[in-house]
Amino acid sequence: MSQAGWGLAVAQALLYVALAPLLAGWIRKVKASLQNRRGPSVLQPYRDLRKLFAKEARMAHTASLVFRAAPYVVFIATWLAAAAIPLVTTKLPTAAMADVIVIVGLLALARFFLALAGMDVGTAFGGMGASREMFVSALAEPAMLMAVFTLAMTAHSTNLASVVDYQLLGDNILRPSYMFALAGLVLVAVAETGRIPVDNPATHLELTMIHEAMILEYSGRHLAIMEWAAQLKLLLYGVLLANVFFPWGIAEGTDPAALGMGLAVVVGKLAVLGAALAVSETVLAKMRLFRAPDFLNLALLLTLLGLLSHVILEVGA
Amino acid sequence: MSLEQLPLLQQLMLVLAAVVLFTSFALLEQARLVAAIHAFAWQGVLVAMVTAIVAASGGLAHLFFSAALTLALKALLIPWMLHRLVRRLELDRHREPLRRPALVVMGALALVIFSYWLVLPLVQQELLFTRNIVAVSLAVVLIGLLMMVIRTQAVAQVLGFMSMENGLFLAAVSATGGMPLVVELGVAFDVLVAMILFGVFFFQISESIDSLDVDRMTRLTERAEDDS
Repeated sequence: MSQAGWGLAVAQALLYVALAPLLAGWIRKVKASLQNRRGPSVLQPYRDLRKLFAKEARMAHTASLVFRAAPYVVFIATWLAAAAIPLVTTKLPTAAMADVIVIVGLLALARFFLALAGMDVGTAFGGMGASREMFVSALAEPAMLMAVFTLAMTAHSTNLASVVDYQLLGDNILRPSYMFALAGLVLVAVAETGRIPVDNPATHLELTMIHEAMILEYSGRHLAIMEWAAQLKLLLYGVLLANVFFPWGIAEGTDPAALGMGLAVVVGKLAVLGAALAVSETVLAKMRLFRAPDFLNLALLLTLLGLLSHVILEVGA
Repeated sequence: MSLEQLPLLQQLMLVLAAVVLFTSFALLEQARLVAAIHAFAWQGVLVAMVTAIVAASGGLAHLFFSAALTLALKALLIPWMLHRLVRRLELDRHREPLRRPALVVMGALALVIFSYWLVLPLVQQELLFTRNIVAVSLAVVLIGLLMMVIRTQAVAQVLGFMSMENGLFLAAVSATGGMPLVVELGVAFDVLVAMILFGVFFFQISESIDSLDVDRMTRLTERAEDDS
């Protein structure tokens, strides 16, 4: 188990990195077709990354070591967080570290360095972007934790692999708390990955941008790594939603047939999720930054209701 | 008896009850009157569905009648009347956002926790499969009350009152399997009459103080209003 298991864990982590640009490309493709455009190929993000890696990385005169190190820290922290979430199978040695609170912590570390990098060069845009990112995430994180606690209370564990296993074991039970947690977590995911009602991923050089403002000074391989990390984060939230709330189809063993099945199912689920995101981004308009607290208050309300409805409705006396 | 042992229909009932609670929050936070009326109508639909499920899985035939009455009255007739009133009073574009929405929501959540604490002894009695909903219905009552306290607009206050009635109805259904039919009919007609009276009052208020903001009724002076 151990050696093959670790091999599988590494393969799954590499799969995350390899799939992330594909999801971004798929969402762009669906969005383009909804807007009656042909749109770039789904492989375009890979080409963009290759192009950026080939380019020279320029640095501002005022940039310090933090600016140089931030892309790597952000990427590795996001990658570690992603690698802990069961993608294809739950029976991996990394399942032991798939604690949700660790994942939230790793994402917070990545965000911290992203904001530091934004402020490091001292441009107005960078500082603004960093302050906005912190503003949004300070409101999103409590909601995220509440959603996580709802899951943890149901499964009696904060370990994601056991949460997934618990849900696979039980019969199909309608849980009001899961419904609220799912709705709240979707809102949090939208805010945290900088998608449309909160931030617009397609804009560049606009006064209201958040994520783009922080990475404005990056170029070359640094920019490539930052973009890749953002795509990885999107995939991470997608897998979190798909596999925790709809775990059916995930491999429960490590034999090749089950793994292949698990991979096919998770790709299908992510394709559906990406298409849903593209549709919601097409029908919604970006809101003003100061409406973001309302949006995230709704997320917090939903997750708190999830927690309360677990306590009130689901716990038999 | 835990959730796993309940049949699917009763699990669905719990989900619907949770959504009733959510519509209460939606009603509380809604700035636009028309949207608030829609939220109230949805609450009526959900309460009727919960009642129907209780009737189906508890074998209480007279509750089907109550469900139909709730659907007709709370989900269709009263929202329609309110809608018409709002249109005639030209309030359909009226917006009245809460002053401190986050604080109000936290207060409402505290009310939910309070009502859970209040009905805990009842829940431990293991009376009926619906006992878990009693806390939800009490919370709906209290949130309706909160809405009547914090809203200054007369139509919104009436919505709070009506959602309190929804909560009471849900409490009756979930705690005792519904009131006798005579009582239920009486309450339904009371609500209807109240609605008609409220309609008359809206016109009276808006004619005498030129607004439905009831806070203005505390001013006794006749001097002209500087704000509008």
